[in-house]
Amino acid sequence: MNIYADLFLTFAKVGVCTFGGGYAMLPILQREVVEGKGWAKDEELTDYFAVGQCTPGIIAVNTATFIGFKFKSYPGAVVATLGLVFPSLVIITAIAAFLSNFADIPVVQHALAGVNACVVALIASSVLKLGKSTLKDGISVAIFLVVLGLAFFVGLSPVLLIVGAGLVGYVARCLAGMKQGGEGK
Amino acid sequence: MILLRLFFAFAKVGLFAVGGGLATIPFLQNMGIATGWFTDADLTTMIAVSESTPGPMGVNMATYVGFETAGLPGAIVATLGLIAPSVVIIVVIAGFLQKFRQSKTVDAVFSGLRPASTALIASAGLSVAVSVFLVLGGTEDHTLSVHWISLALAAVVFLCMQIKQLKKLHPIVFIAAAAVVGALLQL
Repeated sequence: MNIYADLFLTFAKVGVCTFGGGYAMLPILQREVVEGKGWAKDEELTDYFAVGQCTPGIIAVNTATFIGFKFKSYPGAVVATLGLVFPSLVIITAIAAFLSNFADIPVVQHALAGVNACVVALIASSVLKLGKSTLKDGISVAIFLVVLGLAFFVGLSPVLLIVGAGLVGYVARCLAGMKQGGEGK
Repeated sequence: MILLRLFFAFAKVGLFAVGGGLATIPFLQNMGIATGWFTDADLTTMIAVSESTPGPMGVNMATYVGFETAGLPGAIVATLGLIAPSVVIIVVIAGFLQKFRQSKTVDAVFSGLRPASTALIASAGLSVAVSVFLVLGGTEDHTLSVHWISLALAAVVFLCMQIKQLKKLHPIVFIAAAAVVGALLQL
């Protein structure tokens, strides 16, 4: 298959399978892009999410653009992003035109409650998988716990947390380098 | 012209909304007030539909508002407007990162970003979990109670995903099964 057609269809599939915000996209990305196509690794996904949530634009779109660019440069970025939004265009247009009371239908509400419970399990499972590749030493575990606490309980802005964690990572590496340099002498 | 106005209105949202789809809502509220394209009540319906249909919520919102304002062309133009700033900004950043891939500084910074990014995803998952599993009791006593059936459903899905034979299944299989269970049990 043409590589751009493949990129478009893969991201269209990601779009169709995502229920909720950009985070709900993660389990699908892991399956389609990491395990299925091998276009990115797990830890690269965390890079994209990190950048995607502190730059302008919604996370889902930013992440798709990022993977598309990494894989096939400028055209890849455009094609992946268009693929991601394509199902929304079709589905939402159909619902807006014919079923604007869609969300009020009881069976839809019940099914959605089931889907949301499932999304929690999917995200939990994804985080476990990501953790295996991103939490390798004491410092990374410490950063994980502190950021989790500050984000969930304190509600600190993700932008602030990402920038702070980047600084901590840099300083930690510098200190480790100094220590190593000192021992080398 | 309405299509041009839609495009730029959504490009503005794409440029200034940082984070998940929920981050776009305040911008959309302002848009409704400023342009008169839709009311707050319309917006509430659109949020509900965007949350309950496939696709990232922020994208769904743009498509919906565009469609309500100017039909199918409106839906397309609004969605393209939303993603245009992202594509430009991310391409610039991704190009920059690719250039400095070998840089020790970039590598060191990302060594801190990765666990933080994992934590933010975990935190988002926890927030969804709280909204799904905890229900506010009466309107007066404000007691929290646990929605045990949802919790059990999530636990079953999670355990299934750790089983070797079921691990290979696509996540959408679990989502579809959970939707059926939800509908049958009237969750």
